[in-house]
Amino acid sequence: MDLNYTKEEIAFREEVREFLAESLPSELAAKVRAGEELTKADQERWHAILNARGWLAPNWPVEYGGCGWDAVRRHIFEEECALAGTPRIVPFGLAMLGPVLMQFGSDEQKAHYLPRILNGDDWWCQGYSEPGAGSDLASVRTRAVRDGDHYIVNGQKTWTTLGQHANMIFCLVRTDPDVKQQAGISFLLVDMNTPGVEVRPITLLDGTPEVNEVFFDDVKVSVENLVGEENKGWTYAKYLLTHERTNIAGVGFSRAGLAAVKRIARQEMAGGRPLIENPYFAARLAQVEIDLMAMATTNLRIISRAASGQAPGVESSMLKVKGTAIRQEINNLARHAAGPFAMPFVSEALEGDNNSIGPDYARPVTRQYLNNRKLSIFGGSNEIQRGIIAKTMLAGGAR
Amino acid sequence: MNFELTEEQQMLQDTLRRFLADRYDSSVRNGILDSDLGYSPDIWRQLAELGVIGALFTEDQGGFGGSGIDIATVFEELGRAGVVEPMLDTAIIGGGLIAALGDDAQMPLVEFVIAGETHLALAHGEAGARYDLDHVATRAEERDGDILLSGRKAVVVNAEAADYLIVSARDSGSVTSQEGISLFLVPRDAAGVTLVGYPLVGGGRAAEVALDGVRLPATARLGASGAGYTALNERLAAAHVALSAEALGAMESATALTRDYLMTRKQFGRAIGTFQALQHRFADLMVEMEQARSVVILAAGHLEDSAPTRDLNTAAARNLIGRVGRLVAEDTIQLHGGIAMTQEYELAHFAKRILMTDHRFGDADYHLERFVALSSAAA
Repeated sequence: MDLNYTKEEIAFREEVREFLAESLPSELAAKVRAGEELTKADQERWHAILNARGWLAPNWPVEYGGCGWDAVRRHIFEEECALAGTPRIVPFGLAMLGPVLMQFGSDEQKAHYLPRILNGDDWWCQGYSEPGAGSDLASVRTRAVRDGDHYIVNGQKTWTTLGQHANMIFCLVRTDPDVKQQAGISFLLVDMNTPGVEVRPITLLDGTPEVNEVFFDDVKVSVENLVGEENKGWTYAKYLLTHERTNIAGVGFSRAGLAAVKRIARQEMAGGRPLIENPYFAARLAQVEIDLMAMATTNLRIISRAASGQAPGVESSMLKVKGTAIRQEINNLARHAAGPFAMPFVSEALEGDNNSIGPDYARPVTRQYLNNRKLSIFGGSNEIQRGIIAKTMLAGGAR
Repeated sequence: MNFELTEEQQMLQDTLRRFLADRYDSSVRNGILDSDLGYSPDIWRQLAELGVIGALFTEDQGGFGGSGIDIATVFEELGRAGVVEPMLDTAIIGGGLIAALGDDAQMPLVEFVIAGETHLALAHGEAGARYDLDHVATRAEERDGDILLSGRKAVVVNAEAADYLIVSARDSGSVTSQEGISLFLVPRDAAGVTLVGYPLVGGGRAAEVALDGVRLPATARLGASGAGYTALNERLAAAHVALSAEALGAMESATALTRDYLMTRKQFGRAIGTFQALQHRFADLMVEMEQARSVVILAAGHLEDSAPTRDLNTAAARNLIGRVGRLVAEDTIQLHGGIAMTQEYELAHFAKRILMTDHRFGDADYHLERFVALSSAAA
């Protein structure tokens, strides 16, 4: 057993650090650090910088313009990006649709869409969830009816993250209503500029319009935009979900979050001393830090086992439950560390126009805390994950 | 990065696991728990013959292992089988202290320990000291070139079986000073040593030890005068790895019993493991078990590192194992229901063994405080 990285991996980490130090625009890093909302242009700018270096698609094979990195290198890259305060890579095209097209798409689809994802020509969003469906994804009601060489799509998607920026959406649609739920689903690519597509923002409890409703009213979609076979969409959807979970542990985000809590707690004064010296606060902080040390090691153990980038099964459910609980607890500590200045709801402050209310570090904490309640809900709620863990482990499998 | 055991460690694990599965079932263990000695000399001899004790010492010390991972490998298996034999006290602490501090005349004791022929006990804790390592009221006085020890030692694990007690006593300093603490090798049957023995909740035995003017030659001193605190602190790092790994092994057995029970026990016409309320509690146990496994790897893997790194990781391990251990002990009992309340059912022993780990050399809160102090020193 050796808890150290290999020489090559250490050199790789150094290379990533140097690249980030040179190429990450300081105004972007400052925005990420301050928890300010990133614009579409910010996201596209960072994607273009990574793409120029050839590092935009860590999980893609080299033949499609990806990095071809193994799991350990991807982990190092993600960790360094989080610590440096880079914008997140927007996952919908790169982490989700890309692998599905490579596995199940036609040659024309691969040739057309994959380069456009890398070059930023398309911004994809995910049309999975529907009103009332919750974690029960297979209960898709959006209908696609074949009409010659087109489908006519009617229905509604919801929780569509950053759909306001997107020009393309990949959708689960029901093509056969008369069979078992999972058997009548197809995977369809829809241009959002098609007549009949309407996007309406949903304001979240933190005040941001991060997600949307997407309505389909007699939307005409060419059959060329069907991925794989009709009625096999559930297989592709599940494949996508395993890729959605590859960075599920969020170790880098937690480390960066913990460092931010410490920065706040060193500056906040409580009873004439820095808050970080308050034994009650220090104990809560230490406990989550210990949990994170253990979880990071669990993550590395799973990564080192997942040879050839294969997506793990029940382990990712375990990482999701623990990793999200840790991130949420860190958000909670940040909110408490900020004290009364966690209360003002000043959306302009988030944009950096208002410097008069409270310390800078207090501005994003409540918004982040509220926003990250989503972590234990999306991607299969933590209760769904517990069901998966119990069923797998009780069946005697897994290890 | 590599989380695999070496071939030797894998062999050690396999051998020990097989041996204990064959020879240490619950009826054997219950017999040992009921015995006057509180441990089995026969099992101890066989463990020595298998090389299990030797695996806890480095080659320089006469063994063939001694790394943090070696220690964790052995203790995880001991924990898995619910072994109550005094491996921690005789080998890790006693043998380890002599190997670190002993002079030429004392060193052969390490060989006897590895051969399974000598038992040791650390007589350090005192009433009122809780887990404070620097709290030593017992005095050592020079008298005509000899040493006189006087004091009371509390919950001295394995004292009755021990051929020697390793006694901490003050040459100088106030009761809670880190300076002035020294260690002495005291034959258990020395004049002035009185033991009042009793069984422990988690298995094994301990004693209250009275030292009334115990007269020892100067050669009984183990290590330099005043070196006791540092030596104990160093050695307890290994004890923390052993305790954490042992608790992990016991937790693995407790959760394995629970898994089997959930799938066989029927209520309302269904296996109780099909009820979601129980499934989710079990899932949380599985998640926390991965945390426990990881933190034992961290503590074991960093045992040979610099003191600040080593201690930060052992503090983290003892804190997390204390918390998760309690969760596992309490929830595995709850998930079983009434059967787990009986002494006869195997889970009882594992649960008690896990819980009592959190009372040796600091509990979860003690180690959390230690972690905070170590982190702020590093910041």
